[in-house]
Amino acid sequence: MIACKVNGTSRRLNVHPMKRVLDVLREDLGLTGTKEGCGEGECGACTVRIDGVPVNSCLVPAAHLDGVSVETIEGLGANGKLHPLQDAFVVEGGAQCGICTPGMIMAALQLPRGASTVDIQAALAGNLCRCTGYEAIYRSVKKGARGR
Amino acid sequence: MPVIRDVMPAFELFQPTSIADTLGLLSRHDDAWIMAGGLDSFDWLKDRIKRPSVIIDLGGVGELRGIREAEGGVEIGANTTLTELSSHPVVREKFRLLAEAAGIVGSPQIRNQGSIGGNLGQDTRCHYYRAGWPCYRAGGNICYADTPTAVNREHAILEADRCVAVSPSDSAPALIALDAQMVVRNADGERIVAARDFFIGPWLDITRMTVLKQGDLLVSIRVPGTFAGKSHYFEKVRDRQVWDFPLVNIAAAMATSGNTIDDVRLVVGGVAARPIRLVAAEDAIRGRTRNEDTAQLAADIATRGAVTLRHNAYKVPLMQNLVKRAIRGEGAWTS
Repeated sequence: MIACKVNGTSRRLNVHPMKRVLDVLREDLGLTGTKEGCGEGECGACTVRIDGVPVNSCLVPAAHLDGVSVETIEGLGANGKLHPLQDAFVVEGGAQCGICTPGMIMAALQLPRGASTVDIQAALAGNLCRCTGYEAIYRSVKKGARGR
Repeated sequence: MPVIRDVMPAFELFQPTSIADTLGLLSRHDDAWIMAGGLDSFDWLKDRIKRPSVIIDLGGVGELRGIREAEGGVEIGANTTLTELSSHPVVREKFRLLAEAAGIVGSPQIRNQGSIGGNLGQDTRCHYYRAGWPCYRAGGNICYADTPTAVNREHAILEADRCVAVSPSDSAPALIALDAQMVVRNADGERIVAARDFFIGPWLDITRMTVLKQGDLLVSIRVPGTFAGKSHYFEKVRDRQVWDFPLVNIAAAMATSGNTIDDVRLVVGGVAARPIRLVAAEDAIRGRTRNEDTAQLAADIATRGAVTLRHNAYKVPLMQNLVKRAIRGEGAWTS
């Protein structure tokens, strides 16, 4: 049995230790906000945070979940309100097809208010977007970054 | 054999919490697979190409993690993440070359998860081998990458011996350039291996990339103060500026007085099954002035003996140019 926290809630998971965290989230916990893109670390669509650090959930085995805290896109909003970063993606057109968006937001979450474009580009280097051409994403992050 | 992807083959998983327990497990299980960050491991296991019956997860072994200063240098626990390594203040100050190399691996997410030991011990990226084709490296008797119709743009130009796969690591050339030493333990005790001797070519053992044998555990990496704060250079050329493995990379450490090269290390990755230390080029330029003539001299020597395949001849001028750039000290950053 694997014990961890997911978005602040304690969970006990009876899953195969080499199951991908991505699949644990989507299939065992019903948290389908985390998306699968390439399945090999190239696109960052499945980015979640483990103990506050962004990782590709398609490359983390469930065995590495024991004792850690996982944050997914579902954990960001509170009381029916979006996180400022999510709100900025809506307002600035940072999301088009939407597949990359949860991963983009989870990778950008740590950026402080007023982060420079260079810092944003570095933080999002591991995330691919096939629609926006990135400019709208950088604008969104610039507007919504709060350093979490 | 058809690959069934929906059911993971059965295996035993061990999650030891100390080095001693890990070594005990390794000595009891002949085909134990060591997993650190899990990136290279997961890649193999998900595709069912490797099917170990025992997996030892190092995630709970705290002793394998962290960086401490030691005798003018640093000692790096093998399961330290690449992010921890590349952002460590002492590494950044004294061994900028290593910080840059570790900080350019994969993507931010991959560096947050991947370990320095895993980056050094990872298997080659040859797509024929990774896809499970029964090549020399996989125990067969053919190289699929060295045939008239093979796709071999990323393969070796030096030291090929039946297998033409290359070393994919960015941190490996950096550690060789810094005269690092690998601390390896097994049930019989501890041995120290120079970084330069840690990586092996196919002539020594075609199925392995390093001296590590079954039962061995890379515990830490010691970087001596020899080149601390000296002139460093690291550059990686790849198709995509993130995530990609190097087509060719170069690590250089240089001690100079004025403009004279007193001592130098030049190490190139992505051109052979192991990172190649360019000893002949180093010998030729030691004591010379650091200028364009010296850069040209080193570049000319560096690729002697190169044998190209159908699609990788570009690596020869690429490698020469990287050698020149390292000696000139030009590029994204230099110190």
